[in-house]
Amino acid sequence: MYKYILKRIFLMVPTLIGAAVLVFFLLRLIPGDVCELRLAGTGLYADPADILLCRQKLGLEDPILVQFYDFVVGFFILDLGDSMWTGKPITFEIGLRFQLSLQVAFMATFVAVIISIPLGAISAIKQDTWIDYVVRAFSIFGIAIPSFWLGIMIILGLLIYTQIWFGEPWMPPIWYVSPFEDPISNMSQLIWPSVATGYRYSAVATRMTRSALLEVLREDYIRTARAKGLMEKIIINRHALKNSLLPVVTVIGIEFAFLMGGLVVTEQVFNLNGLGKLFVESVLNNDYSMTQALVMIVVAVFVFTNFVVDLFYAWLDPRIRYA
Amino acid sequence: MTALADTQIEGLAMRKPWYEVSKTLLRKYPLGAAGALVVVVMIFLAVFANFLSPYDPESNDFEHMLTPPGLQYWLGTDQFGRDILTRIIFGARTALFVGFSCAIIGATVGLVFGVTSAYFGGRFDLIFQRIMDIFMAFPLIIMALAVVSIFGTGTQNVIIAITIPFIPRCARVVRSSALAIREIPYVDAARALGFTHARIILRHMAPNVMAPYLIMLTAFVGQAILLEASLSYLGLGVQEPTPAWGLMLQGGAEEYAESAPWVAVYPGIAISLAVFGFNLFGDSLRDALDPKLRSQ
Repeated sequence: MYKYILKRIFLMVPTLIGAAVLVFFLLRLIPGDVCELRLAGTGLYADPADILLCRQKLGLEDPILVQFYDFVVGFFILDLGDSMWTGKPITFEIGLRFQLSLQVAFMATFVAVIISIPLGAISAIKQDTWIDYVVRAFSIFGIAIPSFWLGIMIILGLLIYTQIWFGEPWMPPIWYVSPFEDPISNMSQLIWPSVATGYRYSAVATRMTRSALLEVLREDYIRTARAKGLMEKIIINRHALKNSLLPVVTVIGIEFAFLMGGLVVTEQVFNLNGLGKLFVESVLNNDYSMTQALVMIVVAVFVFTNFVVDLFYAWLDPRIRYA
Repeated sequence: MTALADTQIEGLAMRKPWYEVSKTLLRKYPLGAAGALVVVVMIFLAVFANFLSPYDPESNDFEHMLTPPGLQYWLGTDQFGRDILTRIIFGARTALFVGFSCAIIGATVGLVFGVTSAYFGGRFDLIFQRIMDIFMAFPLIIMALAVVSIFGTGTQNVIIAITIPFIPRCARVVRSSALAIREIPYVDAARALGFTHARIILRHMAPNVMAPYLIMLTAFVGQAILLEASLSYLGLGVQEPTPAWGLMLQGGAEEYAESAPWVAVYPGIAISLAVFGFNLFGDSLRDALDPKLRSQ
């Protein structure tokens, strides 16, 4: 077991370094850099000497391998440096937005779990009936519907219905307030993006719950449970569902790691100042250090989640060999 | 793997007239048939867009800006006075073009990569898989954002941006099937006969992993349409005045959402329906081709 864990941790390093290489050189292929954009961005004339000075200050004039070395070493010793655009430490910029994105991610996961597990279970139990078809159509629709459009529709619906019911349109608050300070304002702002993201997220998990439960229901021990006259409810809840949740946990875990990428579009629609928006801004500003840091965080979270899911899997099901 | 071969033989043996076959398929996969219908309608719209649409998709008409849906403009007009129905019909062209290009290129390159990786095996396979892992770890939208910001916007670059992240996803799935194929003696026989690696990979192994390849391919079409819409919505995809569904939701849609909801509503329905159709079709195809994943 320990050998397996060590091997897996060891295998994470090349993936991380590869991702670092990829993002580092991809960014430097983009024409223009942060200095040109900042000093001459709006079509103004900028003194080449100023641009050079700015580039020297940010270390962009250093040899490319030195820059790369600094970046990779910085990442592994957890020193992410300063944003090239704002000049503030990256950890500070991320910290400002982290709470919001994390809260939306958790709430979306919650929405997804409470939708997907009951629906997936019903769909499997009532396989090939109209209930099954409706649930499957509902979940496939969840993958088909663009989350940004769902967001626009939610905002539109809110505006129209509050207009009808209260006489004046109501919009979710614009500023983020911590849930510990003002839970009502916080919830009324974040519940909508969470629903929009969570519905899409639930679609994959619903389908996974359904197919996993169907597989388990065909197992011999379920037949045994039925043969000895156990109540159907107990068979489903205690014997079948519990054993079928393994792949569902995997899907939820992996999707959680991808939520940050998915939030890019949702945050744009709801005008939330979160990590997704920060990412889009930093790409558009050619803010190398910030973009690199964000990509590396996403990749690290993804690789780490995969690792944890695998371990969890091995722990739950001892038959899995640590090959 | 033998189960897979059996279904293929079963499929070949099914020499009934086409209407009989489609009737059986309709009964067996009602959702898939519905999906196929959406796909067919969409292809029809895209091919005959010139004859079907009442107006020009790109010409502005400032006398009829933001006209509500009615007899003259069935789905209303946008902020430039362009007919929304026309732009949706022409948008099907863009969506299908991007969807099929990305899916076919992405899945095919992935197929070759996956089979090659499985065929050579050993250290080559290990290194190749790590490289694929790196590409997989990048969230799709972030990868696409990076590619678009390097190569710029526009339809062709959107296709590149969406195709790149598809390749490792298909390669991984195909590889796992190809690993089993490599163990079948005919591959050794082919090698003993002195065939080149390329020939064994392309002529002998690739045709036997068609099931996962087709499954991935159909899944990719829907995903590509959705991604194109997202990128165009963010302003990083297809550019004006090309009619594209995601683009129709950008800018105007949010601004005028309250006073002119039709601008925001209909293109979104078009995207959802199209992706829904492809996903339903792809799901049923997966059920039919891959007995291991079959829901029955």
